[in-house]
Amino acid sequence: MKANCWIRPTQVEVQEVPDPKILNSRDAIVKISSTAICGSDLHLLDGYVPAMRKGDILGHEFMGEVVELGKDVKNLRVGDRVVVPFPIACGACNACQAEMYSLCENSNPQVGLAEKLLGYPTAGVFGYSHLTGGFAGGQAQYARVPFADVGPLKIENDDLTDEAVLFLSDILPTGYMGAEMCDIKPGDVIAIWGAGPVGQFAAASARLLGAERVIIIDRFPYRLEMAKEHTGAEIINYEEIPNVREALKELTGGRGPDACIDAVGLEAHHVSLPVYTYDKAKQWARNESDRPYALRQAILACKNGGTVSIVGVYGGFVDKFPIGAIMNRSLTIKAGQCHVHRYMKPLLEHIEAGRLDPRFIITHRMALDEAPHGYDIFKHKEDECMKVVLSAN
Amino acid sequence: MSPDSDLQRPGAGANAEGSTPNRQGNGGAQSGSQTEALGSSETGNSGAGSGAQKSSDGRTNGSDAKSVAGRNGATPGLKAEDRGGPGSWIDAPIASARSADGISRTDRRIARALGWFSFGLGIPQVLMPGRVARIAGLENTLGKRQVIRIIGLREIGAGVGIFTSQPKPAEWLWARVAGDVMDIGLLQLALANPNTRKGRWLFATANVLGVTALDLMEAKKHTQAVKGSGEGMGLKGRTAITVNKPAEDVYGYWHQFENLPTFMFHLESVTKRGDNLYHWVAKAPLGRKVEWDAEVVEDLPNQLIRWRSTEDADVPNSGSVRFAPAPGNRGTEVIVEIDYQLPGGAIGDSVARMFGEEPQQQMKDDLRRFKQVLETGEVVRSEGSPEGTNAPGQLTPRPAQPLP
Repeated sequence: MKANCWIRPTQVEVQEVPDPKILNSRDAIVKISSTAICGSDLHLLDGYVPAMRKGDILGHEFMGEVVELGKDVKNLRVGDRVVVPFPIACGACNACQAEMYSLCENSNPQVGLAEKLLGYPTAGVFGYSHLTGGFAGGQAQYARVPFADVGPLKIENDDLTDEAVLFLSDILPTGYMGAEMCDIKPGDVIAIWGAGPVGQFAAASARLLGAERVIIIDRFPYRLEMAKEHTGAEIINYEEIPNVREALKELTGGRGPDACIDAVGLEAHHVSLPVYTYDKAKQWARNESDRPYALRQAILACKNGGTVSIVGVYGGFVDKFPIGAIMNRSLTIKAGQCHVHRYMKPLLEHIEAGRLDPRFIITHRMALDEAPHGYDIFKHKEDECMKVVLSAN
Repeated sequence: MSPDSDLQRPGAGANAEGSTPNRQGNGGAQSGSQTEALGSSETGNSGAGSGAQKSSDGRTNGSDAKSVAGRNGATPGLKAEDRGGPGSWIDAPIASARSADGISRTDRRIARALGWFSFGLGIPQVLMPGRVARIAGLENTLGKRQVIRIIGLREIGAGVGIFTSQPKPAEWLWARVAGDVMDIGLLQLALANPNTRKGRWLFATANVLGVTALDLMEAKKHTQAVKGSGEGMGLKGRTAITVNKPAEDVYGYWHQFENLPTFMFHLESVTKRGDNLYHWVAKAPLGRKVEWDAEVVEDLPNQLIRWRSTEDADVPNSGSVRFAPAPGNRGTEVIVEIDYQLPGGAIGDSVARMFGEEPQQQMKDDLRRFKQVLETGEVVRSEGSPEGTNAPGQLTPRPAQPLP
């Protein structure tokens, strides 16, 4: 089959690889119809997530048709149309039973490095480095899906196109969880850093959860415009208005946002060249793995007693972390890789009822063969790229 | 990562001595950030039961603090001798009886002294090669000075290597030996030069030969310690995991000893030979096998299984597994201890290799697979690790793409 493989930092390639086989009795093989390139794939592309190996198949947002089942999968049948959540979860461990699926205690067979880097390992994830198990990803024609009796969501309604439900695999639940962690109450103003796909969905979800106002911060006008148009967010372009914190104060009567969502993560940009260069150099010298501008600003901008919700991806360590602001101003930090399984069904209902329509973020559709080009334009924000969906078969 | 994290349960059931977790000691161990632990004689800062006990050689923290303190994971009903007394090895999750890799304190010191010696020799060689040439009785030419400078850089490199590779500087000690051989060769070449001053040359050569002997001796000792060969060593270990199943299930699965090879990858088979008697076959490297009979010597349903090899075993060993309910319906805490008494020679060496450089990690992997089997039904496999959780495999995983 064809699959998009990681070759070396900044290079991916579509290669011919063996077809997947059932390895465990609760596996399913899915023939992939649609798959997408995620912002976090760019962190892998650039080598910011450790433990990538040449030939690793990328991709953790995919859906398709079940073509083969292990003997212990009883709830699916060959031919079922499924969306696959990106974390692999066993459903039986303490974490899964607490619905913290991205912390599954059993699904990651390569725990050594994660344990050293993070303290405890996390769940297995498709196509997301050997830190999360070394599972082949979904930017391919077929994928093996472990614990298929727990993860995949069956799409019964044939009226729903792939594009309408594909993002249930990751970014829609991720954005939703980002908003949910803000514990939104009537009158709340939510500020979101990053108007990428997750930021867009966080904004839409914050509205759905009852936020009074949503303010989104980015530097790309097309992304800001999209958020304004589709989620009703107010926008701040930090290249035009460098003093974001002051702007947020003005917009909130001096109180500051009630909650802040970091939907940027470890490859943030900074408007000040010296600051950006400083962190970039530290990152290059392996003194700091993550560039945390968005997070620093979100923490400092958040109102006293507010919540900072982190769904942007971080990998290791940061510098100049404003712990004084967190402690003295009684801030709450909530974070996590999305526990996707928890949100798939309720969000599918929102989609079916028309309360959410995730299709608006798709800007590029191409064949799997063109994945490297997709990575390229997504990374460099060329052609106003927001989201690339690949058709695999 | 600190190796004690599995078992760190502050405040959980103070043990018979009534001690409390020793947080200070634990901090020290973490700063050491080692995955191995010391043997009983050198358990660094074992706080539990004995206060902040210093190790026999006084090392309590820093890069040498390889052990773990503050363990207080006593299972209710655990007898005092189970814990081996205050401050004993049991405070370390895994302790190697080859005390601190089998390297004596003196040898450690000599290795460090050799490191300093490298600097002491290398720096003047780089900064004032002419003077060094004169002392060695060599002709003071530009060519000689350049060679001496290069040798000086090599020496500094070896010094840096010895210090940065602590506590396992074996490779760098061998690098020193190689350097010595090179120096002897160069001195031989210099002897052919009529301008070499013979008296000084002899003095320099004697010095190099002396250092060579010391380098060789230390390199050998450190290498042996790394390989784990030698007489009368032991491997002891202890680790824990929580399995989200009732104690009956967890105990029941382990009690079928035939099941052990499904999650203990170093075992090939365990076969029942009689009442409480089992034949164990372990896979050693290079296709070798190590076999023994072991009997169950204690069996408390849903609480404890303890086994011990019979008297004729080549590799005397024993082990125990305890089962205790985890608080708040979190399943069952499983605490495993093993103790292999390695004989000298090939068999001991095989078993040492079977457990590899990090026996603690292997035990942890065994227990992770045990948890997977009980909670999910089988060992979880990925394309990168098709054999399942396995520490050595994780160092060089195959790419995350389907197997051919």
